[in-house]
Amino acid sequence: MSDSHQTERAGAAQELPRAVLPNVDVFEDASGITVLADMPGVRKDQLELKVEGDALLIEGTVQPFTPDGLEALYAEVRVPRYRRSFTLSRELDTTRIEANLKDGVLALRIPKQEHAQPRRITVNAG
Amino acid sequence: MYESFLNYPNSLFGQFERLRRELDEAFAAPGLASSIRSAAPGTAPAVNVGRTPTSVEVYAFAPGLNAEKIDVTLDRGVLRISGERDSGIPTGDAKLQVYTRERGTGRFTRAITLPDDVDPARVSASYRDGVLQVSIALRESAQPRRITVQ
Repeated sequence: MSDSHQTERAGAAQELPRAVLPNVDVFEDASGITVLADMPGVRKDQLELKVEGDALLIEGTVQPFTPDGLEALYAEVRVPRYRRSFTLSRELDTTRIEANLKDGVLALRIPKQEHAQPRRITVNAG
Repeated sequence: MYESFLNYPNSLFGQFERLRRELDEAFAAPGLASSIRSAAPGTAPAVNVGRTPTSVEVYAFAPGLNAEKIDVTLDRGVLRISGERDSGIPTGDAKLQVYTRERGTGRFTRAITLPDDVDPARVSASYRDGVLQVSIALRESAQPRRITVQ
């Protein structure tokens, strides 16, 4: 039983496409926590934010840059996807998270409060 | 100091450095050599360079910049991209606690050697979603041409 569960989980992990960790700044003030994440090349509609229980997942896909007949000469960005997750704590209000994506920087504001319910976060236009 | 740990034979850091290099070698995409002017990750924007039949396209992944303050110059076949990024962390709040500070700030410069057949007079640059795209046209003589058979 536990074995089959483990294989299922391993299978699920393999389905996740390769991604890099975006660089982040995380800081806290009296009213909440702010996360800044560098995600250059990600458009608003390619950004996904999820809160499940106390886990916050940030994922974004870099828009493909492919003019006609583009052939790579040199590439430092080879994995066109960012993914990073954080464990939130109880006093943060996940229902009121604000997200703003501007010039490839995602700014998340997580206010402090009581209730914690899973929900999707809408992204404001940058 | 960090440098000296890396260079010290058989030190733990030296072994990590060796492991890092081996992983780099194992996973690096074949056929893509690194440039002599490539910068260490995190110190300056990452750069991808591509080529189309009519132009060379440079993409610099530089999030959170003010487009007016990005400086792009092309001199003797070397494209230089420089700029400055302010920290997004507010200052002056004594109660502010910073947990993670990974995003680079301050001045940066990247230099990219371009192929010989570019036309330095026809360059355009645009900044969108944190990516600076510089497009340098190839000389007319370097572009593919269809030759009519008499």
